[in-house]
Amino acid sequence: MILSGRNILFRLILTDKLLISILRVGAMLAALVVLLILIFLVYESWPALSSLSITRFINDVSWHPLENTYNLMPMLSGTVLTSSGALLLAIPLSLASALFIVFYAPLHLATAYKRLIELLSGIPSVVFGFWGLTTLVPLINQWNPPGASLLAGILVLTMMILPTVTLTAYTALAAVPDELLRNAAALGLSRWGVTNGVALPAAKTGIAAGIILAAARALGETMAVLMVAGNVVQYPETLFDPVRTLAANIALETAYAMGDHRAVLFVSGLLLMLLIMVLSGLVELLEQQRHA
Amino acid sequence: MHKTTNIPMRQILRDRAVQFLIYVSVIMVSVVFIWILIDLARGGVAHLSWEFLMESPRDAGRAGGIASILVSTLLILLVAMLTAAPIAWTTAILLVEFVAIDSAFGKTVRFSLHVLAGVPSIVFGLFGNAFFSIYLGLGFSILSGGLTLACMLLPILASTAEAGLRAVPYAYRLSASALGLTRTATLIHLILPAAAPVLAAGLLLGIGRALAETAALLFTSGYADRMPDSLLDSGRALALHIFDLSMNVPGGDAPAYASTLVLVSLLLCINVLAMKFAHGLHRRKIMT
Amino acid sequence: MNCNQWTDKQDTFTLGPLEAGPPCCDPWPAIQVRDLSLSYNGKTALDKVTLDIYQGCITALIGPSGCGKTSFLSAINRLTDLIPGCSIAGKILINNQDIHHPDIHTQALRRQVGMVFQKPTPFPLSIRRNLSLPLNEHGTTQKKEVAAIIEQVLRDVGLWEEVHDRLDASALSLSGGQQQRLCIARALALQPQILLMDEPCSALDPLASGVVEDLICRLRGRYTIVIVTHNLAQARRIANYAAFFWISGHAAGQLIEFGRCQHIFESPSHELTAAYINGVRG
Repeated sequence: MILSGRNILFRLILTDKLLISILRVGAMLAALVVLLILIFLVYESWPALSSLSITRFINDVSWHPLENTYNLMPMLSGTVLTSSGALLLAIPLSLASALFIVFYAPLHLATAYKRLIELLSGIPSVVFGFWGLTTLVPLINQWNPPGASLLAGILVLTMMILPTVTLTAYTALAAVPDELLRNAAALGLSRWGVTNGVALPAAKTGIAAGIILAAARALGETMAVLMVAGNVVQYPETLFDPVRTLAANIALETAYAMGDHRAVLFVSGLLLMLLIMVLSGLVELLEQQRHA
Repeated sequence: MHKTTNIPMRQILRDRAVQFLIYVSVIMVSVVFIWILIDLARGGVAHLSWEFLMESPRDAGRAGGIASILVSTLLILLVAMLTAAPIAWTTAILLVEFVAIDSAFGKTVRFSLHVLAGVPSIVFGLFGNAFFSIYLGLGFSILSGGLTLACMLLPILASTAEAGLRAVPYAYRLSASALGLTRTATLIHLILPAAAPVLAAGLLLGIGRALAETAALLFTSGYADRMPDSLLDSGRALALHIFDLSMNVPGGDAPAYASTLVLVSLLLCINVLAMKFAHGLHRRKIMT
Repeated sequence: MNCNQWTDKQDTFTLGPLEAGPPCCDPWPAIQVRDLSLSYNGKTALDKVTLDIYQGCITALIGPSGCGKTSFLSAINRLTDLIPGCSIAGKILINNQDIHHPDIHTQALRRQVGMVFQKPTPFPLSIRRNLSLPLNEHGTTQKKEVAAIIEQVLRDVGLWEEVHDRLDASALSLSGGQQQRLCIARALALQPQILLMDEPCSALDPLASGVVEDLICRLRGRYTIVIVTHNLAQARRIANYAAFFWISGHAAGQLIEFGRCQHIFESPSHELTAAYINGVRG
């Protein structure tokens, strides 16, 4: 029995159309979330953005919301210093680790070390902060009190971004085609000759993207740094001075902040988000360049 | 053949130096991390017990256990997953099955998800506070925290789902069309089951990420450590409990260590499970 | 054009005088292979190969796929050392020196024995850096010297006119044929004695293939060349000697016949050789 052609088509199209509308709704919700976030951030920051000029965030005497001074610069410097310090430490260690796994280690050691790194990438920031608080800070305290300091923040942040950079560098290096390495070996290049002359240049875009992503992560990291860096709002003069980052500041003060104070906190949130979006944009550019 | 030892000395030294530096770095990294793991194990094992998991905290957490914390955590996770998964998966299905790669709509959605993935968790906390707690009036509650987490999880769930769906061989869709099946039927009976392991792996990864999250919950889900009565009640997640015990409760180190052990073990199990699911897909794909 | 007339284009040679001529002179074995056996993870790939490669001549290795020709080539510059599970028995002597002797440094060996692969693989660096990297690594760091060598080898492979004004451009921007010539130039830059080539033309279009073939002919006399090729016509055109490989009963590669090119192609001794040459088998 042959069903009427028109009947079948009608039923089929209806089901598919229903499906597509449901799917569209879902996708639009997803796209809306970003919009919502931006809207609410701006909405909450508006009181501060409209009544306070931007120079106040730079030139006010200090950060004392109760006295109506809102200098964000010491905290911005805290954020930048902890992140840069962590990147400075993490990049060489991560590159060395990735090179170890791909080129310098026997197979079993390489697999074991890679598993160790993967394990570490899964440890939450609170746990790193907790360990820092109970073990690292007292150690630094013995060396040069107080223990909670810029140095502690840098060290903890290094540990957190090291697995990310290592794993992205590993992926980039492992993707270098075998023929390149064989050709380099056939030319009589030594192991470091092959690595530095051929493998690293071939993998450099992937590695750069990994580093920028790690930088973005470091800038936004809140808990671990909050727990070990001391949280004093000041420009640090030595590595052992306590600092407060923008993210830690938001975490500490939002719960009870009101009025302008609250608005300024949202402004600092926007600032962080902008910084990170710029970095993400850079990564996008790099990825496009690689595929071009 | 002439000289076989004419490799410049400088090059040999250079190669040896590099090798030395690499080994030293690896040893340093390994030592630090193993140190951390041992410290955590040593600190927490003593305090860990069945009662610890079954009782609620007393005396600000110094005594008792983490039962109510675990319940709150579970509820927050459920809210987050049940909200995020449908939205993320429908988005992924739309992007893979129904929308051309370079359409404006597809690009916008992908771009939004990309931006979302880059937003730091503390900013999510600010947003959650402003939107869910205040604007929607949910206050400091499990619902508020869960919904905030859902926003954070959208990119992860969507990208893993997209990867899983794209991995399903195109041949399936062709054969289904040739048999006159609707897109809906193809999706439900062929594609989703084939992509299920990767979708599950993505879910697990999302759960892992949510478990580790603290900053986004600080001012959305609240601090109360008693057993929650409803979703609108305030609840404390495990990661937050660890934070509170270590920073605000003098003498709270021992239960903090134990809670850390519980959290890290949970995360470990989740990661292993996720690997198994994703791995299973690869193997099956090779055999078909 | 029958490439055995090697007297043409002598004035474009730039890298020194001819050292050994074609078969009219006394052939002297640059490479002596004695009972070479090669196996991967226990499975034999090459079974007791014995032959001599003569200095200054082009020796073609012919035979169907899977007969161990590439493995044979890789054994000569000890690239087999890099393959896990690969074991070698027998002796290979280059200039009367055993290359597996503990005193031999593989990097120095690979400077004397250059290799060109089937797939043109320029490094993802500039053209200049592709050529200067191996020179620097092997101790030639003086800028003037490096630049002079780069110009020489690029002229020898016929690329100088095409790329001299964009030496800092990425090597990946060259065409397939140009890339392969660049790889040959890269190997020549180290001034090797022996050049191993694994089907250097098979990944190229006929035009580029012809250019590379002409280049190989011009190198005859100053380099000892061992070339693996599936193209019997090409072997006929350019080789002085030919070695015919086939699969033995145990699925391992075997050398069936070796001799002067004309002899192999026009009056082969072994019936398998005759069958392969005439297209009856393989």
